[in-house]
Amino acid sequence: MLLDIHEPGQTPLPHAGESDTAAVGIDLGTTNSLVALSLDGKPEILRDALGDGIVPSVVAYLEGEDEPVVGRVAMRIMEAEPEAVVASVKRLMGRGTGDVAVLGGHLAQKIHDDGPGDGTEGGMVKLDVGGRVVSPVEVSAEILRTLRQRAEMALGKGVDRAVITVPAYFDDSARTATRDAARLAGLEVLRLVNEPTAAALAYGLDRGAEGLYAVYDLGGGTFDVSLLKLEKGVFQVLATGGDAALGGDDLDRALAQHLIDARGDAIAAGDVKPVLATARRAKEMLTDAEKVEVDLDFGGKATRHVVTRAEFEALIAPLVARTTEAAGAVLHDAGVEAGALSGVVLVGGSTRVPLVRAEVARVFGRAPLGDIDPDEVVALGAALQAEALTRGSDTLLLDVVPLSLGLETMGGLIEKVIPRNTPIPVSRAQDFTTYQDGQSAMAIHVVQGEREMVDQNRSLARFVLAGIPPMVAGAARIRVTFTVDADGLLTVTAREAGTGVEAHVEVKPSYGLSEEEMGDMLRASLENARADVTTRLLAEARVDARRLILALESALAVDGDLLSAEERGGIDDARAALETAMAGEDRETVIAATEALETAGRPFAERRMDRNIRRALSGVEVSRLESRLQAG
Amino acid sequence: MMVEPAERPISCASCGGEVADAICAACNALQPPGQIDHFARLGVDRSYAVDPAALERAYFAAQRRFHPDRFAGRGAKEKTFSLQHATLINEAYETLRDPLARARYLLELEGRPLPGGDGQTIADPELLMAAMEWREALEEAETPDQIADIARRLVAETGEVEAALGTAFAAHDLDSAIHEALRLSYLVKLGSELKRRRAPGLARI
Repeated sequence: MLLDIHEPGQTPLPHAGESDTAAVGIDLGTTNSLVALSLDGKPEILRDALGDGIVPSVVAYLEGEDEPVVGRVAMRIMEAEPEAVVASVKRLMGRGTGDVAVLGGHLAQKIHDDGPGDGTEGGMVKLDVGGRVVSPVEVSAEILRTLRQRAEMALGKGVDRAVITVPAYFDDSARTATRDAARLAGLEVLRLVNEPTAAALAYGLDRGAEGLYAVYDLGGGTFDVSLLKLEKGVFQVLATGGDAALGGDDLDRALAQHLIDARGDAIAAGDVKPVLATARRAKEMLTDAEKVEVDLDFGGKATRHVVTRAEFEALIAPLVARTTEAAGAVLHDAGVEAGALSGVVLVGGSTRVPLVRAEVARVFGRAPLGDIDPDEVVALGAALQAEALTRGSDTLLLDVVPLSLGLETMGGLIEKVIPRNTPIPVSRAQDFTTYQDGQSAMAIHVVQGEREMVDQNRSLARFVLAGIPPMVAGAARIRVTFTVDADGLLTVTAREAGTGVEAHVEVKPSYGLSEEEMGDMLRASLENARADVTTRLLAEARVDARRLILALESALAVDGDLLSAEERGGIDDARAALETAMAGEDRETVIAATEALETAGRPFAERRMDRNIRRALSGVEVSRLESRLQAG
Repeated sequence: MMVEPAERPISCASCGGEVADAICAACNALQPPGQIDHFARLGVDRSYAVDPAALERAYFAAQRRFHPDRFAGRGAKEKTFSLQHATLINEAYETLRDPLARARYLLELEGRPLPGGDGQTIADPELLMAAMEWREALEEAETPDQIADIARRLVAETGEVEAALGTAFAAHDLDSAIHEALRLSYLVKLGSELKRRRAPGLARI
């Protein structure tokens, strides 16, 4: 009689207590992902050989390559081959094909079209990328696999368990999708922890803080605000709210749109990603600078734009206002005045934006804490929780249901079974009855959200309770029980209690992966038995090197005349050295040779840029001249 | 009520030895939760008068002991038991911390459940009259000052009703307790309506 909406085959913990493998904390972000390990209550970000802790959440599927490429290398590929690259996949986690329309304008990926649908709710979104069809779960699994490998390289031992953070506002299907991705990446999820809770953990343990804390988390693609009570090692979430479709990416998008509008011409879909990347850099620079110059070069036209901080702030003000409104609503929900807070914690790179800091300070009535890097704080907290779960600890996290859970009743209305901000784990039951004589089945539709009507909320699952013995209307007693476990995952059971007759439940999940799809993916990932970590990293270095050579070749074809024979010789030598390195098996050598070629090519790149600017400027002068002549 | 807990076995669910506590003294294994009332579950006295700070301490202590995070490394059986314990502890805390839910629960334990559910009808004419007066006042209130004034009166009357409930339960006067609990239920409803009217822009979902 149990209906599992979440993935039902729970993996039992393979090893208890001490083991040869490590348990890490993972921040699987929209823009960036990080992995951290905590030992004796001291968490640390695990970095690559170059000291880089961030893995951009970007995956490239290159034609002719078995292994996808993840992180910085994939990001560089994005400029040249945007159609082969997936970014911000977190926004699609647990989304059904029906949701895509809602997100439409925000997607840089091409959604796979299965052809005319069968009229049902549709399954999980799939993406067309680099000539393949992949699901968001598979893409996330690649990021997790990369993080796992990074951790294994850094620690010199296996990593098979993790605490993974999710936005507090992630709904049930997105949480399930995250668990599925971890499973594909060979990681057992010890616990899904909400990002704001993890951030509070990173701050709280450090200083033995007590009192009420607000966590303002403006991630790449989601915004959460949570209110926590910290007391003697207990982290109790009192209320949480936010916006699952608003993030730092939207600040970039607002600026990018402004720049494109300023140019006054249309932009091809393929040019959007580079402009977004430029906007993002400009946003970051405007944190310290009062104004920045931005160069755009697409559609056969190069333009330069000046953006002042005030202009940028005017562009993003409506977005920031949405976050502060949500923050005010969370305080109100919990019946807490801003003055009662002991501190405000910032999470997410976009909280470096001065306007965001100022507005947070205004709405909460105090300057936010900022001494832990807002990009790292979530992963550090996750690592602490992973240690607490495997080694034991005195801290305790008590979390809540972020969104109300209920059932559709007559007329498309919603009956809330578990209201939002109810502490988890929780189990609540509601009794229903039949409304027709002899009714033998009842359709049960599970929804999540705060609105009154079904169609304004998120549909989680539909199933039919069949086999109800014939009775007069109103005589059957059908008890529907909602159970949310400590990960925030929901299970729904339905039983006809009156007669004790065994009834039958048919399950039809609206979204997420079916067991069969999951099985296929697991099998596939085992079949292409993963090359070991070193091979994979070597492959990435080679891909990066190949990109550089290709870019250089095309530049030389156009502007080769800018170089003297001697300079050209230097570049050719560096290139030959890189090709030799690529034929070898040593990753470090490939990276070093790539850097050497980049260095050798730098004066050339600078001269090309000058030439392009001159071309653009002379164009301007000619047109001005023309307009003057006409005016005269 | 919500989850049917298994009877506490006399013998340990893990090693088979005799157990007196939720955690077996011999093998340290967690036992399934027993069928005890919410007060016993949190280890506080059964009474309407509850000290919120003491209740919270008892709640934290219980979760510290039984929360699934404490049993992440144990076997599937103990994990399930801890999930059941933690669920019941949350239910107990959510019930006892709320003055109206606590009154309802105590009346249930006494075998005198409060009539009606959420959409209850008030049969007592005096209560009905008072409820209607409140409703009218709320409908007529327009300025923030007027609404704030109603909120103040509501808080004051809620305090009176809670005190009266304490007295009624202490004297085991269940008729009065039912009367006061019904009064409290419409005050609570009014309170949530008032809160909606004062909400600063609804959270986006």
